[in-house]
Amino acid sequence: MDFHLSNEQLMLRKMYREFAENEVKPLAEEIDEEERFPMETVEKMAKLGMMGIYFPKEYGGAGGDVLSYAMCVEELAKVCGTTAVIVSAHTSLCCAPIFEHGTEEQKKKYLPDLLSGKKIGAFGLTEPGAGTDASGQQTTAVLEGDHYVLNGTKCFITNGNVADTFVVMAMTDKSKGNHGISAFIVEKSFPGFSTGKHEKKMGIRGSSTCDLIFEDCIVPKENLLGKEGKGFKIAMMTLDGGRIGIAAQALGLGEGAVNEAVKYTQERVQFGKRLSQFQNTQFQLADMHCRMQAAQYLVYAAACKKQLHEPYSMDASMAKLFAAEAASDVTRRAVQLFGGYGYTREYPVERMMRDAKITEIYEGTSEVQRMVIASNLGVK
Amino acid sequence: MSTFNSADIAAFKDVWVFCEQREGKLMPTDFELISKGRDLANELGVNLCGLLLGGEGIEATAKELGGYGADKVYVCESPQLSVYNTDAYAKVICDVIEDLKPEAFLIGATNIGRDLAPRCAARLHTGLCADCTHLDIDVANYIQFLREASTLDVDGQKWDMEDRNLKMTRPAFGGHLMATIICPRFRPCMATVRPGVMKKNPFDQAKADACVIEKPAFTLSEADVKTEVTEVVKAAKKLVDLIGADFIVSVGRGISKDVEGGIKLAEELAAELGGVVGGSRATIDSGWLSADHQVGQTGKTVHPKVYVALGISGAIQHKAGMQDSECIIAVNKNDTAPIFEIADYGICGDLFKVTPLLTEAIRAAKAAK
Amino acid sequence: MKIIVSIKQVPDTSGKVAVNPDGTLNRASMQTITNPDDMNALEAALKMKDATGCKVIVVTMGPPPAAGMLREALAMGADEAILVSAREFGGSDTYATSQILAAAINKVGVEADDVVMCGRQAIDGDTAQVGPQIAEKLHLPQITYAADITKEGNTVTVKRMLEDGYMTIKTQTPCLITCIKELNEPRYMSVSGVFEAYGKPLTTYDYEALKDDPLIDATTIGLKGSPTNIFKSFTPPQKGAGMMLEGADKATCEKLAGILAAKHII
Repeated sequence: MDFHLSNEQLMLRKMYREFAENEVKPLAEEIDEEERFPMETVEKMAKLGMMGIYFPKEYGGAGGDVLSYAMCVEELAKVCGTTAVIVSAHTSLCCAPIFEHGTEEQKKKYLPDLLSGKKIGAFGLTEPGAGTDASGQQTTAVLEGDHYVLNGTKCFITNGNVADTFVVMAMTDKSKGNHGISAFIVEKSFPGFSTGKHEKKMGIRGSSTCDLIFEDCIVPKENLLGKEGKGFKIAMMTLDGGRIGIAAQALGLGEGAVNEAVKYTQERVQFGKRLSQFQNTQFQLADMHCRMQAAQYLVYAAACKKQLHEPYSMDASMAKLFAAEAASDVTRRAVQLFGGYGYTREYPVERMMRDAKITEIYEGTSEVQRMVIASNLGVK
Repeated sequence: MSTFNSADIAAFKDVWVFCEQREGKLMPTDFELISKGRDLANELGVNLCGLLLGGEGIEATAKELGGYGADKVYVCESPQLSVYNTDAYAKVICDVIEDLKPEAFLIGATNIGRDLAPRCAARLHTGLCADCTHLDIDVANYIQFLREASTLDVDGQKWDMEDRNLKMTRPAFGGHLMATIICPRFRPCMATVRPGVMKKNPFDQAKADACVIEKPAFTLSEADVKTEVTEVVKAAKKLVDLIGADFIVSVGRGISKDVEGGIKLAEELAAELGGVVGGSRATIDSGWLSADHQVGQTGKTVHPKVYVALGISGAIQHKAGMQDSECIIAVNKNDTAPIFEIADYGICGDLFKVTPLLTEAIRAAKAAK
Repeated sequence: MKIIVSIKQVPDTSGKVAVNPDGTLNRASMQTITNPDDMNALEAALKMKDATGCKVIVVTMGPPPAAGMLREALAMGADEAILVSAREFGGSDTYATSQILAAAINKVGVEADDVVMCGRQAIDGDTAQVGPQIAEKLHLPQITYAADITKEGNTVTVKRMLEDGYMTIKTQTPCLITCIKELNEPRYMSVSGVFEAYGKPLTTYDYEALKDDPLIDATTIGLKGSPTNIFKSFTPPQKGAGMMLEGADKATCEKLAGILAAKHII
């Protein structure tokens, strides 16, 4: 087993770090406070190819690999959870399904603008009545001549208010249950499409989260993604990939909190000693680092398996489950080490703690990940 | 010029100082370097000569250099020399040096001096030491300098007390290290010297009157000059004179919460003290203050009577530019900030609260006097 | 048309600097970076490439690990890289370094519409000497402290900063320009640039490759050929800590003002 990163990956990590330190970190507090989507950062990332890292150059991608993408999300999350999820949702939930399931025409039409970051992508699966139980889709799509007519509402859609291109699931044949769900590529400009109000959230407050509303929305027939009835499978495969992104986000958040705690405990003096001189601090930091290191191995392994087209569904679930729970635990412990200062917005650890919580919830709750893992073990 | 051989060190004599002028006016650095050059010439027992290039009539300013210690000033006048131009200046200076062969040649480390000196040194095939902050000839003086300015065990070393090389000391690696450089095999030994570091002698009118002016021969044709200066523009805003200031109030990253407010507080304190505002590299890099405010290794070296550091942690590159201040006052939230290690007086507190109180207290103390 | 950019790998002196007991720098313990002013030179060259499609070649002199820095320059968009590296070149001062770099640039070849770019100075030595000395050795006109550069045909116009303003200087190519941070904001490596970087040519010029250039003379390169030598190096003593005043309130400030007044400082 090779635990070495390639020259390219090492160089990219350095680039991501410099970018995150200089361009992302200075905005993190402000976009959280103001619940503002950092469009200026997206434009900068687009220029550097960070919105299409692991896709081929022929479609406008950067020609990289899945691990290089996961590392990007990780490094961004170390300083800003919001910026990390923008890249993750765009890449894994919109670019990936179009690349993996789209026709050549669809790929040529949509990928160049998405991968170059000229347009932002999002994914519509969750509905008010279909959360963890994604099969309970209420949104319908009816074929009428050369187009489908979509009706229904999607909720909690990351990048919802800023995206131009959406991959949306809708029921084309209710009688077939999961096998009656189909996937569509929807443009913001399609008649009958609108977005709802901005959700106010606990964390990742700069990211855009809103409803997608379809009122007799006209979607051309050629925008069906994959075959009719294959939507649920496409959604599940997309979420497998998305979980690598969210696991990387959780990983970065936890690592970022460890970095902050290591720095702070060496400065802060109590009882005439630096906090870092207390064995409790040292043991806490050692445990925190250990958990994040373990999470990193899981995340990187899942990314490498996806790159090699090996089955990685369980790996992605394990990575997300472990990294998300580790991130929540580690960020909470970081706040504790900071004490009163950690609870204030003077320091970033309280933000990291709020941001970390969502990683246990979206793109499959921790409970869903356990279901996936258990079913992969053959436990029934 | 074929007789010029920079390795024939016995053929070289006298200490020279390049005297920079802008718009026909001598620069303050010229007087600092002439003053230091005087000491070196005395130690060597040779003449100290200025070398002044300029447009027609620049000769009239030359005698003033004598008042600070020059025995002689070589003046080269030409319309092509009125504004600094690398090619023209390098040509004339190298011609004159090849003819007259000084053993040491000092140049102010201004933006112009640092353009000119390396070009000349490369042409003359000799060594150049950049941005010197200390110069010695006499080994005894150098040993004394090391006793004060270094952690070296000078008594445990062997010294050649007859050594007549110019010992050129300068900071390196952002001020973390000091290095003394010598140029033993070639002449002239060249150094650029940091502005503001060498102390200026008192002006002596009698010496100025006695100063000899000589106009050495040189040739300069249009073909020698490949660059053309089309305009010289003075900065519209008056630049802050950190080097000449007795009181400097500097701000650092600590003002980031309220940049404008922090600068305003510093300006108020500076105004009360009769001084100016400076800044650490972080404040310049962030665009909070313009580059002329920068104190430190890559900025200005200052030694005011009082240096007040507000919200400056005291990174080594900052300390390199201000640690020789006569009195250092530091205000910082963090009681372990390195600035407190060199401060004469430290206050651990929020600069936004402390600074106005300090301004008020100084105003009251002055009023009470 | 091409731009040759001379860059240098330096220890990051803004971080922690370790000094050995003998007063020399513990380079092994320090992070290395591309010298900041050199990044501005590279950015200026890449901007010209963006505008004209010209070729950008980066050159450095240094030990073999400096190749990593060259790869980063290639990932930013440079087309070719040259590592000048040999035992014979070690210990060179600025004079000797400029001779070797000038020989390397000669080998690349400077044509009529080419520009050589350097950073103003490197943060390890802060000398600002190598640029002008390369220019002298190559008989090129030099413009230092460039804060703005425009090139039209073979005419280069540069805003050259002075302490109290600036000069506008015109010259013809080929010429050498040294760049300061006001010139531009260096770009990041791009993701696709990183994946292309290892496929671009990186050539090493060793002593054999350059020895036929008249500039490469054993008496003028390396430690032995350097006109200047280090006589002593040392660390400055720390100034002793002074007095920490109690508190941070009105009384504290009044006490300090009182001390300053008593000492006739104010």
